Amino acid sequence: MPVNVRIVQGLQEAAGILASDRGAQLLGGGTLLVRDINEGVMTEGTLLRAVDPVLLAMNTGGARVELGAGVTMAMVLASRDLPYLHAAARGIGGPAVRTTATIGGNLFAATPYGDFTTALLALDAVVTLHAGFGGARVMPLVEMLANRARGGVGLVASVGFSRPAGADAFRFVKVARVRPKGVSVLSIAAHLPQNGGRISGARIAYGAMGPTPLRAKAVERVLEGRTLDAATIAAAKSAALEGTQPATDAIASEWYRREVLPVHLGRLLAGETS
Amino acid sequence: MARMPVQFRLNGSDRAVFVEPAETLLGTIRRGLGDFAPKFGCGQGTCGVCTVLVDGEPRLGCLTLSVTCEGRSIETASGLADGPTLHPLQAAFMEHFAAQCGFCTPGMLMAAKALLDRNPNPTRVEVVEAIAGNVCRCTGYEPIINAILAAAQQRGARRA
Ligand SMILES: Cc1cc2nc3c(=O)[nH]c(=O)nc-3n(C[C@H](O)[C@H](O)[C@H](O)COP(=O)(O)OP(=O)(O)OC[C@H]3O[C@@H](n4cnc5c(N)ncnc54)[C@H](O)[C@@H]3O)c2cc1C
Ligand code: FES
Ligand code: FES
Repeated sequence: MPVNVRIVQGLQEAAGILASDRGAQLLGGGTLLVRDINEGVMTEGTLLRAVDPVLLAMNTGGARVELGAGVTMAMVLASRDLPYLHAAARGIGGPAVRTTATIGGNLFAATPYGDFTTALLALDAVVTLHAGFGGARVMPLVEMLANRARGGVGLVASVGFSRPAGADAFRFVKVARVRPKGVSVLSIAAHLPQNGGRISGARIAYGAMGPTPLRAKAVERVLEGRTLDAATIAAAKSAALEGTQPATDAIASEWYRREVLPVHLGRLLAGETS
Repeated sequence: MARMPVQFRLNGSDRAVFVEPAETLLGTIRRGLGDFAPKFGCGQGTCGVCTVLVDGEPRLGCLTLSVTCEGRSIETASGLADGPTLHPLQAAFMEHFAAQCGFCTPGMLMAAKALLDRNPNPTRVEVVEAIAGNVCRCTGYEPIINAILAAAQQRGARRA
């Protein structure tokens, strides 16, 4: 049976179908799903096209930001309120991918994809999920990613996070071999709020350094309460690889990813461009 | 599987077609509607030869499902020329030798059109960024970049 497409109005209905039909998947922009169809990886099942406006909502003006899961990378780039997310959004494919690729799809993209999710992790984002026929619930992104491998996460309606403190408090780098567009060797996002010149509540996240984007908790511990000087950066680089589990793929070997991660982390923390 | 009705505008004409549920826009435009300007290259989103504009935005025809284009306005390279008069981008591509085998050209033209419609006076870096998703195996890109910059300049001169 070929792939079917079902158009559903409400998120609740879509979540119910996802819960009851194992062959159903939500269609985001389709940059990964339609590729799977073209390549014969997906030959049957149902794609759910949810047309609920909640998926496209962008609440960006205040201290708390909420982005619908159907918001595309191009929409993020067009928003003047989200300059800190522009580097992550611009890193995803060429312009014709970015008009289509959604935030929701990025949350489920297999490594080495997931650059935007990496940025969201460093912003301590939460996701609003609809699983089954019940109501929505809010879950930390870090927890959703841990559950992702098991499947059945449900439908993500939106992501929410607090706007970073200042222009320099949030940094993102994507390391790729092909510029301006290339798949990640790795990506790093850092949120570095400061209190009296000392880092307080740092969040560091890596893309392509494990099966899903992950938090670099050892680096966060090193940074806590310290000034961002050469000694701190050296200590952060020493802790950089803890908890990582990179893969070897067509872009880079596991060895290479481990070799270059501390270098790029050091540069990002020092405010240098990679 | 029941075919689904879809209506959209293609290069200014209203079109109504029945499509397979998971049919791509590229397949519908080429096989269903007989517009062979957008090409099939990789089917993976990596080469850009299938680039078309959907409501003015560049989209990959190979990764876009036709059912998601209901009510949209689609432009392909077939709609660029005005009768015998080439679009400024087409003329500039010709003058600057920006096409050799020509396989990438329809996608390049549409990626370039999306840029110039939004940003009539782009920098070189912006041009490079705009065609970053479009692969050309023949020209080495320089003539294409120069052609797009020249078309922008010419359009600017005409407006002044
Ligand atoms: C040429 C090219 C280059 C690319 N480069 C990059 C890159 O550099 N970095 C990068 O990170 N990615 C990249 N990608 C991958 C992809 O485009 C992005 O990850 C994108 O954000 C995926 O979103 P989508 O909406 O297209 O996903 P889809 O294909 O629609 O969906 C992907 C998966 O997510 C699920 N899903 C989608 N939305 C939801 C939701 N709201 N709730 C629950 N499940 C959902 C789908 O069911 C599916 O399983 C690239 C892709 C291409 C074709
Ligand atoms: S055929 Fe669409 S990107 Fe290659
Ligand atoms: S002219 Fe041959 S691929 Fe570009």
